[in-house]
Amino acid sequence: MGQLTLSGMTKNFGSVEVIKGVDLEVADGEFCVFVGPSGCGKSTLLRMIAGLEDVSGGSVTLDGRDITALPPARREIAMVFQSYALYPHLTVRDNMGLALKQAGQPKGDIRAATDRAAAMLSLDALLDRRPAELSGGQRQRVAIGRAIVRRPKLFLFDEPLSNLDAALRVQTRIEIAKLHRDLGATMVYVTHDQVEAMTLADKIVVLRAGKVEQTGAPMQLYNDPANTFVAGFIGSPQMNFLNSGALGLSSHSAGIRPEQVQLTDGPGQMGGTVSHVERLGGETLVYVHTADHGLLTARLFGEHDRAVGSDLGITFDPARLFHFDKAGQRLR
Amino acid sequence: MSQARQSPARSLAAHAVLILWTLIALFPVFVTVVNSFKSKRAIFTQPLALPGPDSFDLVGYQTVAKQGDFVAYFQNSLVVTCFSLFFVLLFGAMAAFALSEYRFRGNTLMGLYLALGIMIPIRLGTVAILQMMVATGLVNTLTALVLVYTAQGLPLAVFILSEFMRNVSDDLKNAGRIDGLSEYRIFFRLVLPLVRPAMATVAVFTMIPIWNDLWFPLILAPSESTKTITLGSQVFLGQFVSNWNAVLAALSLAILPVLVLYLIFSRQLIRGITAGAVK
Repeated sequence: MGQLTLSGMTKNFGSVEVIKGVDLEVADGEFCVFVGPSGCGKSTLLRMIAGLEDVSGGSVTLDGRDITALPPARREIAMVFQSYALYPHLTVRDNMGLALKQAGQPKGDIRAATDRAAAMLSLDALLDRRPAELSGGQRQRVAIGRAIVRRPKLFLFDEPLSNLDAALRVQTRIEIAKLHRDLGATMVYVTHDQVEAMTLADKIVVLRAGKVEQTGAPMQLYNDPANTFVAGFIGSPQMNFLNSGALGLSSHSAGIRPEQVQLTDGPGQMGGTVSHVERLGGETLVYVHTADHGLLTARLFGEHDRAVGSDLGITFDPARLFHFDKAGQRLR
Repeated sequence: MSQARQSPARSLAAHAVLILWTLIALFPVFVTVVNSFKSKRAIFTQPLALPGPDSFDLVGYQTVAKQGDFVAYFQNSLVVTCFSLFFVLLFGAMAAFALSEYRFRGNTLMGLYLALGIMIPIRLGTVAILQMMVATGLVNTLTALVLVYTAQGLPLAVFILSEFMRNVSDDLKNAGRIDGLSEYRIFFRLVLPLVRPAMATVAVFTMIPIWNDLWFPLILAPSESTKTITLGSQVFLGQFVSNWNAVLAALSLAILPVLVLYLIFSRQLIRGITAGAVK
């Protein structure tokens, strides 16, 4: 259980409108990721769902119940914060059990619930420690454990991996994905990292300046972006944007993914000069300067030798181009 | 600072300055304590000498013990200081929490209004305070002193604590809200322990002027039963004759409780459980 509906959500700070009418459906058991550049309002939106931020307009409904005006503790939600936010004076066990204790549950039940959550996250050995005695990764696992213990209808994650180092981030990401499969719970996850969004989400919501730009499954957004913003934001390295006029096309601009760009020694469809090469082992990124389109990125698989400053030709399949109008909207 | 960048000459100079400052600061205390153990002749002939076999004399302490009710004065001072301190810390922290945590109309103005007291000495209002105390029948009670000192200490407390409370992680407070803690529990259990070092600083800055104050006890509570130690010591200072032995003995004794309170708070200053709460 845990079907979330947002309708007409707005938020003003003074005269500044930060959330400009968001409508969204998150189905039961769905993993929904809010993604967008910093300052786009994704965290604010999450805090509005949690009840930590007042709603200026619109409503939040969870399983058909309007929770817009309820205090956070009564919304049947749990939240995991970027800074872990563990209670420094409590042990791991007490940290995880506090919400149940506040709700007046019997001690035996609390113990059983914390033990179960600790087992899921392999925190058994750490239950009697205090947060200060844990590493960053362990702290974040405790924070996730604290959320699981409550058996909420809805899990909220506010950039939970941002404070972890790269290796731990991948590991915890896999753990969260596994947790979602095991619990089958509805989760809303905020991140600015599109890789996290692509790997975790059933549904991605791309936000910009307080508005939803596009909603859809990761591959749907990747293969069928609605506008230049989504096209540029989803996918790494970023999509190349070409000047349609120079290609003799009727659209304003045309986008092509870096992996669709091929480099040839011959003249190709256009000529360019290698300005930088990044060798990652499994793939090689070649940045090519072109006269008409500026810097273009080519993503080549495997190792390739291209000397900086050398001239080469660029080819691509015109059917792979995405066409956009002057306002950045996709032309289909 | 790295070890390599500290040259011995520099650290020597720094220590010399600090030692000099310590000597200057401790000198009056030293003179007071040393002379309180000497006979009256010795105080005036050799004020800087340590008490020797022929100059050692406990007459000051004997006078203090005999004359006047010094235990009661001590008690009055302690009661006034502790209660004022308690109220300043409690109300100061609560106001600071409200100012830093909640967005409401007039928040900034309220903060400025509360901080205004730092710039305006409370003694300017002495006449009005006295009139109020007379009207409410609080003259010659310790309550009058506690009320005045609480008012005197609040502005600085609110100012310092609200700055510190702004730095307490929002996530931590929000986690508490989601777990169903009341705002009072969040304040007392989550926020207060994290600003404990700031509380200790405020406590020290609030306590010392209260303990040392002569003005308000003299005006608001000069009766025998409500005298504080600072006021009580004044009985030995006459217009024509001053009993210096007794004055110095009384002042030396008055240092002790402050010293104890200071030691308690400075331990709090050093101890910090904030590490590991948030990254």
